Amino acid sequence: MGETAHEIALTVNGVVRRTRVPGRRLLSDCLRHDLGLTGTHVGCEHGVCGCCTVLMDGEPVRSCLMFAVTADGHEITTVEGLADGARMSPVQRAFAECHGLQCGFCTPGFLCTVTALLRENPAPTAEEVLEGVSGNLCRCTGYQNIVKAVHRAAEIMAEERVEEA
Amino acid sequence: MTTRLFGEAVQRREDPRLLTGQGRYLDDLGAGALAAAFVRSPHAHAAVRDVDVSDALDVDGLVAIYTWEDLPERLAQPLPLLIPHPALTHGRTARPLARDRVRHVGEPVVMVVARDRYLAEDACALIRVDYEPLPAVVGAEEAVRGERLVHDDVPGNVGAHLVQSVPSAGGRGAAEEIAAAPHRLEFRLDIERSASMPLEGRGVYARWDADDASLRVYSSTQTSTSVRMALAAKLGLPLPKVEVIAPDVGGGFGVKIMHPWPEEVLVPWAAMLLGHEVKWTEDRREHFTASAHERAQVHSVRVGFDDDGRVLGLDVTILHDHGAYTPYGIIVPIITSTQLPGPYRLGAYRVEFSSVYTNTVQVTPYRGAGRPQAVFCMERTMDRIAAHLGLDRTAVRAANLIQPDEFPYDQGLTFQDGRPLIYDSGDYPESLRLLKELIGWDSFAAEQERAAAGGRRLGIGIGCYVEGTGVGPYEGGHVQITSDGRVHVSTGLTSQGQGHETAFAQIAATELGVPLERVSVVTGDTRRFGYAVGTFASRAAVMSGNAIALACRKVREKALRIAADALEADPGDLEITDGLVHVAGVPGASVPLATVAVLANPLRYAFDDEAARATQFAGASPPDRPPVAEGEEPGLEGRGYYSPIRSTFASGMHAAIVETDPLTAEIRILRYAVVHDCGNLVNPMIVEGQIHGGVAQGVGGALYERMVYDEHGQLLNASFMDFLMPYATEVPHVETAHLQTPSPLNPLGIKGAGEAGVIPVSAVIASAVEDAEGIPITKMPISPSELFDLRRAAGDPRAS
Repeated sequence: MGETAHEIALTVNGVVRRTRVPGRRLLSDCLRHDLGLTGTHVGCEHGVCGCCTVLMDGEPVRSCLMFAVTADGHEITTVEGLADGARMSPVQRAFAECHGLQCGFCTPGFLCTVTALLRENPAPTAEEVLEGVSGNLCRCTGYQNIVKAVHRAAEIMAEERVEEA
Repeated sequence: MTTRLFGEAVQRREDPRLLTGQGRYLDDLGAGALAAAFVRSPHAHAAVRDVDVSDALDVDGLVAIYTWEDLPERLAQPLPLLIPHPALTHGRTARPLARDRVRHVGEPVVMVVARDRYLAEDACALIRVDYEPLPAVVGAEEAVRGERLVHDDVPGNVGAHLVQSVPSAGGRGAAEEIAAAPHRLEFRLDIERSASMPLEGRGVYARWDADDASLRVYSSTQTSTSVRMALAAKLGLPLPKVEVIAPDVGGGFGVKIMHPWPEEVLVPWAAMLLGHEVKWTEDRREHFTASAHERAQVHSVRVGFDDDGRVLGLDVTILHDHGAYTPYGIIVPIITSTQLPGPYRLGAYRVEFSSVYTNTVQVTPYRGAGRPQAVFCMERTMDRIAAHLGLDRTAVRAANLIQPDEFPYDQGLTFQDGRPLIYDSGDYPESLRLLKELIGWDSFAAEQERAAAGGRRLGIGIGCYVEGTGVGPYEGGHVQITSDGRVHVSTGLTSQGQGHETAFAQIAATELGVPLERVSVVTGDTRRFGYAVGTFASRAAVMSGNAIALACRKVREKALRIAADALEADPGDLEITDGLVHVAGVPGASVPLATVAVLANPLRYAFDDEAARATQFAGASPPDRPPVAEGEEPGLEGRGYYSPIRSTFASGMHAAIVETDPLTAEIRILRYAVVHDCGNLVNPMIVEGQIHGGVAQGVGGALYERMVYDEHGQLLNASFMDFLMPYATEVPHVETAHLQTPSPLNPLGIKGAGEAGVIPVSAVIASAVEDAEGIPITKMPISPSELFDLRRAAGDPRAS
């Protein structure tokens, strides 16, 4: 017997995407396999590792813990949508500069998490940074350079705000 | 060499791709592939009586179901035993799908292929396997009692038994030296199971081209070349018709050096049978129960020493739990046995291990591969000696250290590569001096006392190690400069986040005198390089780094020869700067490498203006000589292999200051210091990153991570909710200092760095907790509740 498919429309990285999904289809699978946005990774499928973190209406969510149908009508930002055209975002640049990634598998989740963190709190304290990234697992870096990258990203963003002003 | 990039903290060239979601990991490939899923044993030990698939046949989107009976003969056999050893008298491996017996929870029994993974799992859920549960063997000590058997034909559950003995200078054995020593101690040390646990699990994606009768397989592996050979053998295909590619790999840490996995042969086989792409992506629970674990060992130590703490005799008996099968041989206990002496000159040493079967997931190397256990053993021993004699712990170590003028130092053992274990270089006393300075060892006692006065418990710990890195047999590199001036480097071993695209490009750019931007590096793709071993044992920089350097030197020599002709100069007077070959000191007379590449390949056809210079009427080669001289080959390219006589030995020392909560027994790491010596550094930023990551995994192993099996062989914590890997909040800031003692064994003077960080952490934390608590710490990891129990047993009034 076939599954019932539901028509959904998500605004992903600023573009309206329509697709038909079964009710049980995870948002992570929909993004990766239906929409071809494979930058969002799946590390545990039970909401602990944070690899699959995307922004829904600007807030970090675990896309492996959500059904695609629940995201119907919402705005989603994935790692593919963080850069400004060809120019990487301050958070992405800071991760490169500070060697905040090794294998890169957990990185999209961290980037989304940190992007939201710095939007809420542009000048976080050391403790706030640690707290901010403490819901994402990384098995490669030992976090030291990730933490450094978050501070560096805050710095870059502050510099760019001054330049713009 | 004028373009000096070797040794610089160059930013990684793989990062822009990985930061923008453009990385290509296994599950990102094969959008149109069918999905495989597996029915796996829920029992630790059972006979398989029947498999009934009838209910699953109605699942919409089902394509195929395979059991052991469907497998062709080569696939129906047990999988290879990769590293045979004479001491592994009873090696056993699993069949890709279970025939009549399952020996651990998670062992694959049925493979299902369907339109997508959801549907494949629907079908799996409807397949009924009739099991007859059998009693399970859990834990090495139960195994060695031999009351129940994991394999009916392996008496006592003992797969391997090996003894190595090194007599003292006086020719006496360890037992004799211990008996004659002024002081003697005897104790037991335990380490529990953990696992590599990369955030990307395993995965395999296969494409069969029926027209071409060729197979292309992508696997999240640490060795694509060996997977390729295994697949050709298992599927009966000619080797040139099989290509294996490791795409971006989301971490390995050892577990992905195991191969071929059952899934790695079954998925390509299904792709061939079905004439359709098939993919399998491991989920997290599968990774816990169907890949591999490591670390669990029990050590019985006997040591004899003099009044200064010098070890006169050391005797260690190891019980190693290798799980249900031994596909990777007995490398882990061999490494523990042989790396146990560390930076020390021991009087006499005897080590014996028994490697036993249990009904648990198989054991294969996890970053450190037996060394964390070895260092835990040796360093706990040093601390015991210091406590017994009332000496400072670093003084006892200093009394035993091998001195800088004693290299090469022969430990008298046979290492994991089957070769003599001879340390090539190092400066251990300087390492200890640096570490004590970095952590403030000598002023800590006062700090500890001040803290105690305020009701706080602080402790300091130390751990030292020597790590054999860069094991053979060989790696190779291929370097080609094309007529656009680009440099294409390839090597057969794979990458899982170590930054090879950057580090190897730095080596090539330095050797060739070209800008880094012109160099591109490909790893782990058998289409580009077919001969390789793999990425493990901290070997990639040493092995492929040197092979690439050697290949570059060949290419450079050829380039200079051709350019010398063009410039009418002596090759010895030429150098290469920024991709231009010129006479040293005369920048005007130069020829770009791009042109040299053109001249290196005599042509008949001009496909562009540059190529026209190499055509037959352009006068590129004198008419009285063959266009390609004898002994030469067309093209500006070269291949180099590095095959060392033996491993090169990196070393390091770590120290930590911990605080234990007097009430809750929570253990916090306040400071963590590392002195690290991996010879010449290719990219210090990458090496530091490797150390940070290693320490973090070490902290996990010391305080949080363990595989909890119940008596029935059920893994009770097979999820990230219950297997506690450290987050940013659990990992200390790591302070590092580097010592660079070049290896005399290889042209670049480098030693491996990948595993180093993880190796001594359990030893260091145990040492520090013991110092804080005054209670012997003999088992790791240690949780707050375990520390609380130790306090209670020791009569601590606050732990009751």
